[in-house]
Amino acid sequence: MAKIKSLDELKALRDSVQNTVDVREHGDNVEDMIIVRVAMATCGIAAGAREIMNFMAHELRDQGIDNVMITQVGCMGLCYAEPTVEVTLKGEEPVVYGNVTEEKALEIIEKHIKNGTMVDGIIPSTHKSLDE
Amino acid sequence: MSNYTMHILICGGTGCISAESDIIADEFTKELARVGMTEEVQVLKTGCFGFCEKGPIVKVLPDSTFYVEVTPDDVEELVNEHVVKGRVVDRLLFIDPSSKETIEDSKHMDFYKKQQRVALRNCGFVDPHNIDEYIARDGYQALGQSILEMSQLEVIELMEDANLRGRGGGGFPAGLKWRFTYNNESDQKYVICNADEGDPGAFMDRSILEGDPHSVVEAMAICGYAIGADKGLVYIRAEYPLAIERLQLAIDSAREYGLLGDDIMGSGFNFDIEVKFGAGAFVCGEETALIHSMEGQRGEPTTKPPFPAESGFWGKPTCVNNVETLANVPVILLKGADWFKTIGTEKSPGTKVFALAGKINNVGLIEVPMGTTLREVIYDIGGGIKDGKEFKAVQTGGPSGGCLTAKDLDTPIDFDNLLEKGSMMGSGGMIVMDEDDCMPAVARFYLEFTQEESCGKCTPCRIGTTRLFELLDKITQGKGTMEDLELMKELSHVITDTSLCGLGQTASNPVLSTLDIFWDEYVAHVTDKKCPAGQCTALLEYKITDACTGCTLCTRVCPTDAIDGKLKELHVIDQEKCIKCGACMDRCKFKAIIRE
Amino acid sequence: MVHVWIDVNLRQLLENNVKGCNTMADIKLTIDGKVVEVPAGSTVLDAAKKLDIHIPTLCHLDLHDTKMVNKAASCRICVVEVEGRNNLAPSCATPVTEGMVVTTNSPRVLNARKVVLELMVSDHPKDCLICEQSGNCSLQYVSKKLGMREVRFEGKESTYKPDKSKSIVRDMDKCIMCRRCETMCNDVQSVGALSGINRGFDAVVSTAFEVDLSESVCTYCGQCVAVCPVGALTEAEQTNDIISALANPEKTVIIQTAPAVRAALGEEFGLEPGTLVTGKMVAALRELGFDYVFDTDFAADLTIMEESAELIDRLTRFLDGDKDVALPILTSCCPAWVNFFEGQFQDLLDIPSSAKSPQQMFGAIAKTYYAEKINVPRENLVVASVMPCLAKKYEADREELNQDVDMVISTRELAKLIKQANIDFNSLEDEEYDQPLGESTGAGVIFGTTGGVIEAATRTAYEKLTGESLEKVDFHELRGFEGVRAATVPVGDFDLNIGIAHGLGNARELLEEIRDGNPRNFHAIEIMACPGGCIGGGGQPYHGGDAEILKKRQAAIYTEDERKTIRKSHENPAIIELYENYLGEPMSPKAIELLHTAYEPKDRV
Repeated sequence: MAKIKSLDELKALRDSVQNTVDVREHGDNVEDMIIVRVAMATCGIAAGAREIMNFMAHELRDQGIDNVMITQVGCMGLCYAEPTVEVTLKGEEPVVYGNVTEEKALEIIEKHIKNGTMVDGIIPSTHKSLDE
Repeated sequence: MSNYTMHILICGGTGCISAESDIIADEFTKELARVGMTEEVQVLKTGCFGFCEKGPIVKVLPDSTFYVEVTPDDVEELVNEHVVKGRVVDRLLFIDPSSKETIEDSKHMDFYKKQQRVALRNCGFVDPHNIDEYIARDGYQALGQSILEMSQLEVIELMEDANLRGRGGGGFPAGLKWRFTYNNESDQKYVICNADEGDPGAFMDRSILEGDPHSVVEAMAICGYAIGADKGLVYIRAEYPLAIERLQLAIDSAREYGLLGDDIMGSGFNFDIEVKFGAGAFVCGEETALIHSMEGQRGEPTTKPPFPAESGFWGKPTCVNNVETLANVPVILLKGADWFKTIGTEKSPGTKVFALAGKINNVGLIEVPMGTTLREVIYDIGGGIKDGKEFKAVQTGGPSGGCLTAKDLDTPIDFDNLLEKGSMMGSGGMIVMDEDDCMPAVARFYLEFTQEESCGKCTPCRIGTTRLFELLDKITQGKGTMEDLELMKELSHVITDTSLCGLGQTASNPVLSTLDIFWDEYVAHVTDKKCPAGQCTALLEYKITDACTGCTLCTRVCPTDAIDGKLKELHVIDQEKCIKCGACMDRCKFKAIIRE
Repeated sequence: MVHVWIDVNLRQLLENNVKGCNTMADIKLTIDGKVVEVPAGSTVLDAAKKLDIHIPTLCHLDLHDTKMVNKAASCRICVVEVEGRNNLAPSCATPVTEGMVVTTNSPRVLNARKVVLELMVSDHPKDCLICEQSGNCSLQYVSKKLGMREVRFEGKESTYKPDKSKSIVRDMDKCIMCRRCETMCNDVQSVGALSGINRGFDAVVSTAFEVDLSESVCTYCGQCVAVCPVGALTEAEQTNDIISALANPEKTVIIQTAPAVRAALGEEFGLEPGTLVTGKMVAALRELGFDYVFDTDFAADLTIMEESAELIDRLTRFLDGDKDVALPILTSCCPAWVNFFEGQFQDLLDIPSSAKSPQQMFGAIAKTYYAEKINVPRENLVVASVMPCLAKKYEADREELNQDVDMVISTRELAKLIKQANIDFNSLEDEEYDQPLGESTGAGVIFGTTGGVIEAATRTAYEKLTGESLEKVDFHELRGFEGVRAATVPVGDFDLNIGIAHGLGNARELLEEIRDGNPRNFHAIEIMACPGGCIGGGGQPYHGGDAEILKKRQAAIYTEDERKTIRKSHENPAIIELYENYLGEPMSPKAIELLHTAYEPKDRV
C-alpha cells in the first residue's frame, strides 16, 4: 500500500473510494433521491441487465450525478421486455422502460434523470409501481 | 471500482456477535453465491447499531430496510425475497410496540428518530476493518488539515471554542486539558486514550472502538499534534478482545497509509500509537491510576497536583482523553466549533451516548443531543417501561451517580443539571427502575461494587465503603436501626469529603441520593421490617391462605421441609425454616400461597 | 472506570499550579486566621508547622537528608478545609498557593478526621495492652489527641497469618496501609520485598505471592520496622530468652554492646538525642545480672585487623600487576548488606571482604579463646548481644556461623529489660567494661556510623602500608551524611580511592557502577544498609520521623572516638595480646578459621 504523502493525495484517495459508501449514504437520504431500479432476476441478467446497471452506475458517477440511487430489484414480471429499468423522480409516479440498451440508458440519464422529461420506450404498465 | 448496488450491513458488535451475527454474515455470503449476486450485493460487518434489544440487526441499503432479531435460518428467505425479488420480508421488520405498525426504515423508528449521531456517526455504517471506508467518510481529513494548515494553538483554540467536555464523566473541557499539556514544555509528551470503560452496563467506548476505531486513532494524532506529543497510548481492558483486534487493525492500516508514523502527509509531524492492556480494574479509569498501571505499578491513584498534564506517564506531560471524547474530535475539526455548538445546550454542547438498560423496552446504545429530556429518552427512544409497569427512577452515572425520579423527567440532560439533581453524567449508563425495584437494595448493589473495586489505598474508601456496604446489607436484612440511617448519612458525607480520588469521592452518591429521595423506603425496612418493593428476600413472608385445599404438593417441593400439613388440611409455613425461595408459591395450583 | 471525577476545582488547581511553577518566591497564605509565608513548593502541613499548628498525621513521613519521603496521602487524617475547594485537602500533599485560606480545626474538619480515625480503628485490633508498640504507637497517639471514645462501626476485620522471621514479625491485622514500609523497602532501600496487594478492604502490604519474609528478598535491615507507625511490623523479641539465660545458674552469660547503642539508648530514658550513655549502659547490664559486660568495639578492632590485612593483600597483589585481584574490596560487617548482595548481586560475591562482622568475631573469640581462658565449657557459655540492628538476629542464626552468638536484642529491647528490672537508668553511676573483651579504641566505636568502618580501616592500613605513624587520625573527607560519597586518601605515594554508601538504594547505585567496570577506580567501599549507618539501625529507639536525631547520634559517636586515648585498632593492647597468644597474625589459618566466612547466592522472591 502506498503511503499518503499529502492532503491532496488523501483527498484523491477519498474521491476514489467514495463509491464504496455511496449506496449507504444514499440510503440515509432516500427521500431526496431519484431512484433507478434495474430488474435483476435470472431473465433480466440473461438479457444484459447487469451490464446496463453497471453502465448506468459508471455513467452517473462519471458525470458527477450524486442524487441518484441505483439498485436492483427482482423480476418485474416483464420478461418480454428485459432489461427493464424503473425511474422514480422525487414525488412522482414510477416509470418503467423496457428493452433498455446502453444508448437508451444514456438517453434516460440525459433527459429523464437530468431534466425530468420522459423518453420513448415506456412500458404502459397496468401496475403503478413495482412495489405493488 | 466496485459495482455493488446493494449493501447488507450486519451488526458486528460484541452483543450481536454473541447472538450469532457472525454466522448470519457467513450465511449471506453463501446464499448470495447461490443466487449469483455476489457482484451486486456487498455483505459487511459493521459496528453496533445501538438497538441491542432487538439484535441481531441486519440493514439493507440503499432502500434502508431494517431487520431485527434475525437468525441464521432467516437468511435464505431474505436473499430469495429481498435481494432477488425486491420484496421486503415483513415478519422480520420492527413492530412499533405502541402503534403495532411494522416499520421498514429505521429512520421512522422512535428509537432512532430523536437520536443524533456524532460520536457514533460511523458505527453501524462503515466496515471498521476497512480504512478506505473511513477515508471515504472524510476520515483523516481533519488530521491533514490540522497538521498542514493549522498551528498547534489554532487547533487548541478551536477545541476550546467548541467546548467539548470530557465524555468520561467529569465533563472537564478537553480543549483546556490540551492547552495545559501544551503549556508544559518537555522533550517528550504523551497522548493517552482512556478505554478502561468500567461502569457496570456502559459499553459506548467499546462500541466506538469496535465500530469506528479510526475516529479514535485520528483524534489521538490530532491531539498529539496540538500538545506536541509524538506518542499515543491506548489503555484498554483486556476483556474487550474484539475492540482490541479492530483498534490494532486500524492502527496497522493507518501506519501502512502513512497516516501514523514519521512525517505524516509530508507535514514533518510524527506520531504513533501503542495499545496497552489493563486487567479491568474500575479504579484504573482514574487517570493517575491508569498511568501507574501502564507504568507497571500497582493501579492506584496518587494525589493531584501534580496533574498528568504536568507529570504523567513516566513523569512526562500527558493528556488523557476518553474514547467518546476523542471520537468527537475529527468531526469538530472538520465542521467547526460553531456547528458543534448548535447541538446540545449552551454549557454542554454536542451529544452524549447513553447505554439504556434496566426495565425499559428498548435496551441499547443511544446518542442524543445534550439537553434532551429524560422523558424523551425513556419514553420516546426507550419505548417506556417494560410490561406497562410504573416508572420509579433512573440511575445515571453508574456507581458514582445517583437517582432521578418522575419529577425530574423533564429535566434536560447535561453535565450541570445532573450534578444539580444529585446525580451525575458518569460515562453514560442509564439504568431504568420500576416499582419492583427496592432502592436500599439498589444502593447496596452499587456499594458492593465500589467496595470491591476500591484500590484500598485511602482509609475512607478502603474501610468506609465496606462499612457503608455492611450498613446497607444490615438494612436490607431487616436488622437496621434508625441510628444506622443517620450513621450512613454521616459516613457518606465523610467518604465524599475525604477520599483521595474520584472513586471514593463519588462512592456514596447512590446512598445519599436514595436516602434523600426514598427515605420512607429505608424507614420501612428499618421500622416495619418490610420491603415495599418486595425485593429483599429476608423481609418477605410466604403465607398459606384459606384457599389451600391440602393437596400437599407444596410440602413436597419445599427444600427445607418448612411446610407442615396433612392431606386435605390447611397447610402452614414455619417461618423459621423458610428460606424464601418461592418454590411453593410457583407450585401451588390454587393460588393459596401469598408473599408479603 | 471511565473517569467519573467531580474534580470541579481541578481547573482552578491546574491554573494555580501552572502559575505556581513560574515563581519561586515565598508564598503567603492564611491558616486558622494566621498569616504565614513559606517557600513555594511547601505543603500546607509545612506551613502549619511554622505556625506551631500541629495537624495530626499518620502516613506522612519526610526524613530530610535521606530519600525517605512518604507522601502517600492515604490515611486522610491530616485533612483540612481549603477555601474554594469542594472536598477536604490532605495537608501533607497539598502545595501552598498564594492567598490560600486554610482551616485546620473547623467542625467539618474535626468530624471528618474523627470518622476517618473511627473507620481505621474499626479495622484494628484493640489489644493495646499487649501490643509491642503500645506507648510508641502513632494511632494510639492520634486516638488520644482526637478524643476517640467509641467506635460506631461494626463489621468484618482484617485477619492475616502472622509472619515471624528471625528478625522481623509482621502482624498485618494491625496495618493501617500508610505504606511507609513499602516506600522504605522500595524507594529507599531498593530491596523490593514489600508492596501493596489486593483491592478494597483486603488491600494490604505484603511480600510477593504472600510468602513469609524468610522466603522473600527481605534483607532484615529493619527500616520498615523503624518507620511503622503501629505494631504491624516489630522486631522478633528475644528479651525472654535473655531472662531465662540469666536465670539459669549453670550458664555463664556474657553480653556485647554494639558501638551505636551507646549513642541512642539514652533516648528511651528521656535523655537528649546524642547523649552518650556508655557507662550507665554497662552499669545497667551488670545490674541485670550479666556475668561479663563486653564491647563489640573490641571485635570491631579485630575486624579492622583482618579486613585491613585483606585489603593490603589485595592491593599489594594489584600493585604487583595481578589484574585478577577482586577490587574494590567491600566491607562486610553489615548483615543486611550481606543479605542484600547474596540475594541481588550474586555475580559480585567474590569482592566483599570475607571477614565476619564484629558481632560474629566476638562470638567466635568468646566461645573459643575466652571460654578457654575462664575455663567454661562452650555449651555453658551464653553469648548475647545488644545491637542497633534487626538483621543481626538473622545473622546470629546463620548456620555457617555455628551459633557463636546465642541471642540478640535490639537497643529498644534492652531499654525494655532495664525498665522491667526497675533500674533507674539516669541515676546510674558510670561503670567500665570487663576485660579483656571490653578493651577498644576510637576506631572500633566509629563502626557505628556511615564512613566509620572505612575510616578505621584506613587508619590501620595507612600505617601498615607506609610503615609510618599516622599523626592526624581524623579523615574528615570520609565523614558526612550524603548517601553516596567518594574520597581519595593519599597513602604514601599511592592514592587510595574510597567509596561510601549508606542505605541499600545508594548501595545499589554504587554496586551497579562496579558492575559497569568501576569507572572511578575504587579500591575499597564501605556499605551500611541503614540510612546514617548503625546509628539509624532498625533496632534503635524510634526517631519518629526526625532525621536530626540521626545526626546527633552520629556526632556522639565521633565524640566518643575523640575521647579515646587509643584510636587505631592495631594499637589495642587486648587485640595485640589476642594475636600473640592465640591467633598468630591476621589472615593466619587460625584467624581464617575463626574470623572469616564465605557467601552463598540466595534465591528468593
